[in-house]
Amino acid sequence: MANKACARDHRSWGRYPKIRQQKVVPVYWRDDQIDLSAIDGTILPYGLGRSYGDSCQNEGGTLIDIAPLNRMIAFDEDAGLLRCEAGVSLADILKVIVPRGWFLPTTPGTKFVTIGGAIANDVHGKNHHVAGTFGRHVTQFELLRSNGERLICSPEQNAEMYRATIGGLGLTGLILWAEFKLRRVPGPFIASEQIRFRNVDEFFDISAESEHRFEYTVAWVDCLAAGKQLGRGLFMRGNHAWPNKVPGKKAGQRSLFTVPVDLPWFALNMVTARVFNTALYHSQLGKSKRKVVPYDSFFYPLDMIHEWNRLYGSPGFIQYQFVIPFDHDRSAIKSIFKQISDSGVLSLLSVLKVFGDVPSPGMLSFPRPGVTLALDFPVRGQHTLDLLDRLDRVVQDEGGAIYPAKDSRMSAQGFQSFYPQWQDFSQYVDPKFSSSFWRRVTRTTE
Amino acid sequence: MKLLVVGASSAIAHETARCFATDGAALFLVGRSAEKLAAIQHDLEVRGASQVVTYTLDLNDLAQHEAMIDAAFEALGGLDAALIAHGTLPDQAAVQASVEQALQEFQTNCLSAISLLTILGNRFEAQRRGCIAAISSVAGDRGRSSNYVYGAAKSALTVFLSGLRGRLEKSGVAVVTIKPGFVDTPMTAHVKKNPLFAKPDAVGKRIYTAMLKGQDVVYVPWFWRYVMLLIRVLPESMFKKLSF
Ligand SMILES: Cc1cc2nc3c(=O)[nH]c(=O)nc-3n(C[C@H](O)[C@H](O)[C@H](O)COP(=O)(O)OP(=O)(O)OC[C@H]3O[C@@H](n4cnc5c(N)ncnc54)[C@H](O)[C@@H]3O)c2cc1C
Repeated sequence: MANKACARDHRSWGRYPKIRQQKVVPVYWRDDQIDLSAIDGTILPYGLGRSYGDSCQNEGGTLIDIAPLNRMIAFDEDAGLLRCEAGVSLADILKVIVPRGWFLPTTPGTKFVTIGGAIANDVHGKNHHVAGTFGRHVTQFELLRSNGERLICSPEQNAEMYRATIGGLGLTGLILWAEFKLRRVPGPFIASEQIRFRNVDEFFDISAESEHRFEYTVAWVDCLAAGKQLGRGLFMRGNHAWPNKVPGKKAGQRSLFTVPVDLPWFALNMVTARVFNTALYHSQLGKSKRKVVPYDSFFYPLDMIHEWNRLYGSPGFIQYQFVIPFDHDRSAIKSIFKQISDSGVLSLLSVLKVFGDVPSPGMLSFPRPGVTLALDFPVRGQHTLDLLDRLDRVVQDEGGAIYPAKDSRMSAQGFQSFYPQWQDFSQYVDPKFSSSFWRRVTRTTE
Repeated sequence: MKLLVVGASSAIAHETARCFATDGAALFLVGRSAEKLAAIQHDLEVRGASQVVTYTLDLNDLAQHEAMIDAAFEALGGLDAALIAHGTLPDQAAVQASVEQALQEFQTNCLSAISLLTILGNRFEAQRRGCIAAISSVAGDRGRSSNYVYGAAKSALTVFLSGLRGRLEKSGVAVVTIKPGFVDTPMTAHVKKNPLFAKPDAVGKRIYTAMLKGQDVVYVPWFWRYVMLLIRVLPESMFKKLSF
């Protein structure tokens, strides 16, 4: 019996920090009288819990589970406009739109996120350099505030609340449904290319060369490599492929299996991580490899293994994603790679990408022009946290930012310098809404 | 495929209807709330249903059943299958304190289904094809002290379905008894969840395949068949001491 069939718990994806007791109130119907003010204490919407840290957690308060709000509302097939309830997942949307020649305007690395979550974190994908964030494609949504008010928000109507809610971390109210623009595609396949690069400089060269020719670009980096090989990895790029069918291939994805139990924490150590990274780096024989692949395996390789987060064992893990502006000698990113590889701290599956300058309407959106790196660190005590504190300082000195959707530890002072608009944003926060994250990063700093 | 769904705004029925909608089915949805039916109608239309018609009816109004079924046949130009999925989960304390409430729950969960099955059974028998499915419950396999009014209604429904199956077998009409265990739906919103709770989409998909195959009795998830087997063989002297 797959775990998929079981009732959900309401933790965060990284399962760190551990927050267990919180009340959960599901919402089932968008037109019901939903009295948020009747709930004791603070509330926070919860989608599919694919945020890694505590931005989708509300310790001591209540989570409003929006997953049951999972109905489609309208699909204008000529204009490519889809309207659906906030709990509909990207996976569900793809099933409906891909066979009809449409695709998501942009998608994160997992399709198990809700539309509400995609808006609240203003998520980005491999096409950020051309498409910008998800919020850019949102034409309107309905927001329920705790005083019972229902606001239709769009670039024209309640425009300020629209800008605050996109990237608004679930704090401005409950999104009940949303409408957004899709993108036409010739079929379900991606013409992809994977290129091995030996170091950071090679990465930037390939990235610059790919930007104009490829809609999707991203790279995987072996963060354990040092010296001359610092920042080596595999660059992946792709475009929607013309052919509608690839002989013998089905476009749908089968999940391989579900990780049944938490792995013991010692299963993942420096040795296994090195073996894994080296094997992945050398998994490709030639310098580059071209393949036409189903969209699922290009965008969502990790979704093939359900609950892969359990591989990190019960202590959980921390994702760390930052963006920093370019500098012409690329010294900042190199020094970050060096710090990571020198620290001896484990990191698996690091992802590197260059963001473009397409602006998002969101006030608190994370993406900004520069280079972004996402790292996975299993939680192994103070040593891990110290490294991240050091990295925070570099990010801050460089004028970058850290991604709240992946965060569980940045300081209030850090957040407030990364998001100087936060005080302006605060005036749109619903008085009844709060999160563990928000309380942590808005503590007054001296 | 032309499908009648009674109790269409229940989470399980909706998930089953989604599977049929994806195949391009035509659907006739019956439920109490026009607003909820409309939300489900739009969802099914976007997912690919060729036609969706809604019909509001309180199913305890037995006198209206015949007219509703007529309307379904007429609107879709016939029926290939029907799913009966309405029901309520009574508060045991309330139904054991009140005869009126106990009988009311019995009516909702059993008599109204028997009324629909009688009419549909005759029509499907005459057309000599199709599939009738109804949602019973593992609770009907043995009376538990904590919800035996509900269990008794489902038990009667299960026996009725089994007899109807035998009768319609000769006409080539399939009768499918669905026995879900705990499912995470609005009906069980107030019940504390444990790992035995199934998600409605998994249950809906299972019902869809059972209906397409015309299976007889389907436990969802499957393990309930074995759990209930064990529970049924416990001697009553022991069973009565279990307070669950
Ligand atoms: C494997 C993996 C890969 C990822 N890749 C990327 C990536 O490439 N790019 C990227 O940007 N992110 C990525 N993420 C992060 C993920 O996209 C975001 O965390 C996303 O917001 C999660 O959505 P969710 O539905 O799970 O929401 P949750 O995590 O449950 O909630 C996220 C936020 O949305 C709010 N929210 C949810 N529903 C509503 C609603 N109806 N109304 C108002 N607020 C609401 C919550 O309060 C919370 O603040 C990845 C995550 C994983 C696990």
